[in-house]
Amino acid sequence: MAAPLGTGAFTEETGQEKQDTQEKDKAISPERAEEAKLKAKYPKLGQKPGGSDFLMKRLQKGQKYFDSGDYNMAKAKMKNKQLPSAGPDKNLVTGDHIPTPQDLPQRKSSLVTSKLAG
Amino acid sequence: FLAGFGSLMQDVLWCFSQVKGTIDAGVTESDIISTVEFNHTGELLATGDKGGRVVIFQREQESKNQPHRRGEYNVYSTFQSHEPEFDYLKSLEIEEKINKIRWLPQQNAAYFLLSTNDKTVKLWKVSERDKRPEGYNLKDEDGRLRDPSMITVLRVPVLRPMDLMVEATPRRVFANAHTYHINSISVNSDYETYMSADDLRINLWNFEITNQSFNIVDIKPANMEELTEVITAAEFHPHHCNTFVYSSSKGTIRLCDMRTAALCDRHAKFFEEPEDPSNRSFFSEIISSISDVKFSHSGRYIMTRDYLTVKVWDLNMENRPIETYQVHDYLRSKLCSLYENDCIFDKFECVWNGSDSVIMTGSYNNFFRMFDRNTKRDVTLEAARENSKPRAILKPRKVCVGGKRRKDEISVDSLDFSKKILHTAWHPSENIIAVAATNNLYIFQDKVN
Repeated sequence: MAAPLGTGAFTEETGQEKQDTQEKDKAISPERAEEAKLKAKYPKLGQKPGGSDFLMKRLQKGQKYFDSGDYNMAKAKMKNKQLPSAGPDKNLVTGDHIPTPQDLPQRKSSLVTSKLAG
Repeated sequence: FLAGFGSLMQDVLWCFSQVKGTIDAGVTESDIISTVEFNHTGELLATGDKGGRVVIFQREQESKNQPHRRGEYNVYSTFQSHEPEFDYLKSLEIEEKINKIRWLPQQNAAYFLLSTNDKTVKLWKVSERDKRPEGYNLKDEDGRLRDPSMITVLRVPVLRPMDLMVEATPRRVFANAHTYHINSISVNSDYETYMSADDLRINLWNFEITNQSFNIVDIKPANMEELTEVITAAEFHPHHCNTFVYSSSKGTIRLCDMRTAALCDRHAKFFEEPEDPSNRSFFSEIISSISDVKFSHSGRYIMTRDYLTVKVWDLNMENRPIETYQVHDYLRSKLCSLYENDCIFDKFECVWNGSDSVIMTGSYNNFFRMFDRNTKRDVTLEAARENSKPRAILKPRKVCVGGKRRKDEISVDSLDFSKKILHTAWHPSENIIAVAATNNLYIFQDKVN
């Protein structure tokens, strides 16, 4: 028995346009409603959403900072204090937390054979 | 060949064929499959994972004893392609994750493929060894050197059969050419060159030369604060070795001709769909970002994937796509939470079937979608262990958008967004597809009567 295929998800240009204007007349579009929800949660969200902020974050992927000078200075200062236990926010490009070797995640290569080959 | 059958083809029934990988409760990060690719004949199927490993499956010869069983894919070779690195100069952690694998067409007994992580492209040679030389003069069978003064007779080593061994060796390493993260590689139809694309630049390489590459596209602005878009994918035309396309985070595609200039910053064609400005929202640009671009086998069309749709463009018409297919439009009313959990940035790929009549792309909840360009019909299927009985026919799935939910439908709120199908592949000439579901690889085939 043939499995029934769904009705087309194919969009004809003119049909969609008509539908859009009708939707606009009737109610706020779902996208705009979602945007309002987001702005309500994060009022400080930037004006240029698709712009530099996202792209900068994308380009900065993988950036980690460790400066041995900073680390040793901080260690000397913190001698009598407790070192902060929480790890740094790994998404921060630069932070006000001086990374320590312990904060950087261990990099180990996978020497184990892939489970797909098992 | 399927080309002539296109419009006459009956509805295809997809059946489960095989699944690779384990059913662990928790998924080890390194096991997550990051790329899937058939070679040009469909004999080999390669996967790359987050742990930098490549596994190659080979289709077994169809046996006359079991005509109802089409050749299955079995492990042929596996190797560690890339390892994690740390660039101390830039304080940059370089992931070993394999972003893309691309096969070279076969020219001799060995197979060649390109694999890349964020920074380095490697050319791997996969070859078989089924004979080994025996009877060396200067060393014995264990490899220990013999005392030359003890050798009184000279002999000629002979080749003797041995158990088949498949070796993968790195033949070229193309490094240090990308400041940003490589998202695409594409082998040129001249079989002599290939390109690698990162967020801001595209480089052209010759397979023989690893210490030089030509920069053919550079969209880095002089002032980085003026950066408004990045390159998201790039591909060479399947037949015209001078032509390639690249897509952007703003939903546009540029076609470039390498004959016009050494640096192809000026496009030959610019594909962009006009946007209704009154429809614009915070999410508009993000969901318009193209995550994949693929030429049709014919070279006449390109297909692009953005967050909610798949579009087919005719190379001769730049002002709008000729076809738009909704993948999961019901997510439009979930954009806020998809932004918060980062799912809105997921990069889905898309593929053509061998005759360019059907296109396929993945979605969430381990669903994947196929669109028949001729009949305009579509189907949603699921890659799940529950449907994993041999030759079990896959039942179409349906997502219920509000209102009454039928018995076998699933509501939008019940979708599992951690189960995403980003990578799929279609055999070059047959109805065999490979679907990567996190750490499992599913192979489906059409029903053989």
